Amino acid sequence: MEDKNQGSESKPTKAITRRSFIRGAGLSTAGSVLLTTNALAFAHKEQLVTGEEYGPEAMTIKMKVNGMMKSLSVEPRTTLASALRDHLELTGTKVVCDRGSCSACTVYLDGKPVNACMMSAFDVGDKEITTIEGIAQNGELHPVQQAFIEHDASQCGYCTPGMIMSCVHLVENNTDPNLEDVKNATRGNLCRCGTYPNVFKATLAAAKKTI
Amino acid sequence: MDTRKEKFPYGIPGHNLSEIEREIPIEEPPVWPINDKLKIIGKRVTRIDALDKVIGKAKYTSDIKLPGMLYAKFLRSNVPHAVITSIDISKAKSLTGVHAIHLIENTQKEGEENKNGKYPIVKYVGQPLGGIAAESLEIAKDAIALIKVNYEKKSFVIDIDTAMEIGAPIVFDEPITQQQDGGDVGETHDGSKGKGNVRGPSTSSFFGGPRGDLVKGFEEADVVVERTYRTQVHTHMPLETHGVVVDWNSDVMMVYASTQNTNAVRNEMASIFNLPKSKVRVFCDFMGGGFGAKHSSGSFGPMAANLAKKTGRPIWLMLDRQEEHLSEGNRPNSIQYLKIGAKKNGTLTGIQQRSHGTAGVALGAGVGRIAQILYTCPNFATEQYDVLTNAGPGAAWRAPGNVQGAFGLEQAIDELAEKLNMDPLTYRDKIDKSEVRKVERRRGAKLFDWSRRQPAGSGKGVVKKGLGVGQSTWPRFVTLDSSVEVKIHNDGGVEIRSSVQDIGTGTKTILAQVVAEELGLEVKDITVNIGDTFFPVGPGSGGSVVTGSITPPARNATYEAKKALLKLVAKKWETDSSELFIENGQIGSKKDASLKMPFKGATKLMRTSQISKIASRSDDYGGFQQPWGLAYGDLGSVQFAEVSVNTDTGFVKVDKIVAVHSCGRPLNIGQLESQINGGVIQGVSYALYENRVMDNGTGHMMNANVDQYKVPFSMEIPEIETLVVEEYSALSSTDAYGIGEPANIATAAAIANAVYNAIGVRLYEIPITPASILKALGKVS
Repeated sequence: MEDKNQGSESKPTKAITRRSFIRGAGLSTAGSVLLTTNALAFAHKEQLVTGEEYGPEAMTIKMKVNGMMKSLSVEPRTTLASALRDHLELTGTKVVCDRGSCSACTVYLDGKPVNACMMSAFDVGDKEITTIEGIAQNGELHPVQQAFIEHDASQCGYCTPGMIMSCVHLVENNTDPNLEDVKNATRGNLCRCGTYPNVFKATLAAAKKTI
Repeated sequence: MDTRKEKFPYGIPGHNLSEIEREIPIEEPPVWPINDKLKIIGKRVTRIDALDKVIGKAKYTSDIKLPGMLYAKFLRSNVPHAVITSIDISKAKSLTGVHAIHLIENTQKEGEENKNGKYPIVKYVGQPLGGIAAESLEIAKDAIALIKVNYEKKSFVIDIDTAMEIGAPIVFDEPITQQQDGGDVGETHDGSKGKGNVRGPSTSSFFGGPRGDLVKGFEEADVVVERTYRTQVHTHMPLETHGVVVDWNSDVMMVYASTQNTNAVRNEMASIFNLPKSKVRVFCDFMGGGFGAKHSSGSFGPMAANLAKKTGRPIWLMLDRQEEHLSEGNRPNSIQYLKIGAKKNGTLTGIQQRSHGTAGVALGAGVGRIAQILYTCPNFATEQYDVLTNAGPGAAWRAPGNVQGAFGLEQAIDELAEKLNMDPLTYRDKIDKSEVRKVERRRGAKLFDWSRRQPAGSGKGVVKKGLGVGQSTWPRFVTLDSSVEVKIHNDGGVEIRSSVQDIGTGTKTILAQVVAEELGLEVKDITVNIGDTFFPVGPGSGGSVVTGSITPPARNATYEAKKALLKLVAKKWETDSSELFIENGQIGSKKDASLKMPFKGATKLMRTSQISKIASRSDDYGGFQQPWGLAYGDLGSVQFAEVSVNTDTGFVKVDKIVAVHSCGRPLNIGQLESQINGGVIQGVSYALYENRVMDNGTGHMMNANVDQYKVPFSMEIPEIETLVVEEYSALSSTDAYGIGEPANIATAAAIANAVYNAIGVRLYEIPITPASILKALGKVS
């Protein structure tokens, strides 16, 4: 493996142990993947944690998830997706490609969709995370969730949380989306069972109800 | 007498619906009328597990987290063919957080392998060599990187054409046999015959062997089409990868599995670890897609169990995306030679088929039996060869073989129709004896507006439109090992139990529908507990067997339980239970309309806590074509494709697919539509996008991920219209069948025919890419 510098003998000089994080994102093209698709996470990192030294050991961080402040002990190389799934037991967020190419792990960072597999848990800082588990409010489904049920927009269901995160974001930010808008909103969401036609129908139906 | 006679609906409503008398087992329920007259069956019932899916509550195998659980990771080969001389695990072993390392060693069972030292011979890049259990997945990955494997490299061959040459490196020196993995529905390939890497041929199927006299057939032919078609290798890429969580801390080995076949996984694990079947429990509640590849415990099942044994801790072992592409199955490629002859009037006189395909280090690369059975032809022969290569093993992939076979056959039929100066649909009317496909062609052509089709290549302008059609057939497979327990509890609850799993097709929901319909209740009143091998055995989800196999016993068990409950009510009302019925949750009497009792109230009459009835799949009414469960009839489809081809750039866009299908009595129209959408989209993907790209110089797959493995996303999805044609055959108490496999067969052929119609040049190879279009048009060399 090429991450020869990784390990206890080479303490990172600043911020998180980025190389190890890169390794998690895939080896051969990791650099380009991160540069092209993870701009948001990098931007946050620079603002929030520059100059502080973390890792490689686990340490306790706090994170606001679905309106609740959570404490968790993670290594700096832990992705947000892993933090949610493995440490906070919020397994609705799915990891499918682990390289920012399928949107199954979509969560909101201060209301904006991000790929949780492409972001370090340490980069979250004081931003608020919303996951699929936080979309229904007080037991009441979001119209998109309700429409997904009514229009049979999930089959195996593994892409469904990510799809819903993309579609909810659309209808919350576009009062009158058309089919092209829905396709655009889900253009990064991979589904292998073929739910797309019903995802489109469900989201358009939900948008009408959301207005 | 153990039987009685009943009249059943028979045929296609709106076309030829009639009645047929069947002799049926006395204990089975009375005939259901056609769907129009039923309350829940055939309706658009929402999935009973949809809520859990949309709120993120559905727990998949990959989501399982048990106390003390360790994470495991495979060590895999990075060379395609080698003898392992040594494996140095010393550094990995001493890494903090590593709990156990298990290396795969030769066993006496593995034939050729045990001649060559301690470890199995490496046959492909990505072959599992060992595994590590650690406190986190990150540590497990770190530890894997510290293992040093020393190889004595051997020559290898990756591409099928080279593998077929005399003098090519040999992948297996000895005869090999196909492993049964439950996904192969009655067909096995013989790897003991043949020379070098080319094994076979397989010349027959359960529909028989060669027919008639091909030489005579082609002599009688006025027109002949003789072509070679090529299809690519593509991988399943289910969103949830293969994997298990194994907890072996008690007497019973608990296996949480992302599987299409809990029963097969249970049997394999019991066999590998010498355990009674009763000591292995496989559980699968939600699973994230399989498409044929998830019928086995693979190497991940035994690896997780071995690590669980060594550590005394539960083991989580899910593959990553790259491993999934490399080692967990693919649809083999094919090179198909096809020669079809017909008389001037269109009558087929001969079909000759010869195919070569590679399933890598596995067998099963045939092209199915669609050329054998779709059209009536007195003279037929096929030779289907497996070519072994140093690449990951193939696996059953949605309608195995037939998808490849349909791509060749349905293009050849189209070409024949053109030579005969006949419209492709009209020609199929002539040579296709299936009544249901006749109706499908008619209804589909109307919906699609086939009449607007223009002669091939006649469109003006840069972007040319084309229309095409493709057909399919798929056998009606029934697994007799299909049992259901139905319980009526004394609190009014109704529960279904079976080991059958729901892989996203909606099995849970149709089971609830069948039971609710029979009990006069609503779907929400039924609890479905399936995917657990401690319950009565259910079929694997492959070959579209589930619906046809499990819904009749579900109905029959419910009927038995209902009779037991109604007897209690009859006793109270001092009447005969045969006079009683349940409707809208109320028990009533045909004789006395004033008698009413809610279902829940009736369950209070029980002197025990539950009524429990188990039923197993009985033979079809009227018997099977083959006693093991090949039913009469088929699951036929006709799919229409509309494409736009940009003749400057070569880009093909599928604008629309009309998919017309039959599956006996449709149980849930919404779920059927969803599954057809899925089959169509995978067909579009197969025709235009997907391709496993191998580096022949190193044996590595170049696109083993999501970002480079090309599949359609939302922007590539065509408009899809589906039609399900009801067809009653009076073969079981539900008369219903599945749709998973048929939905995927005809699409690529329909698209290829539409591309031809657009540009007037035929493409014999998929995926159809901009480059192949420009080449076909003579715009690039």
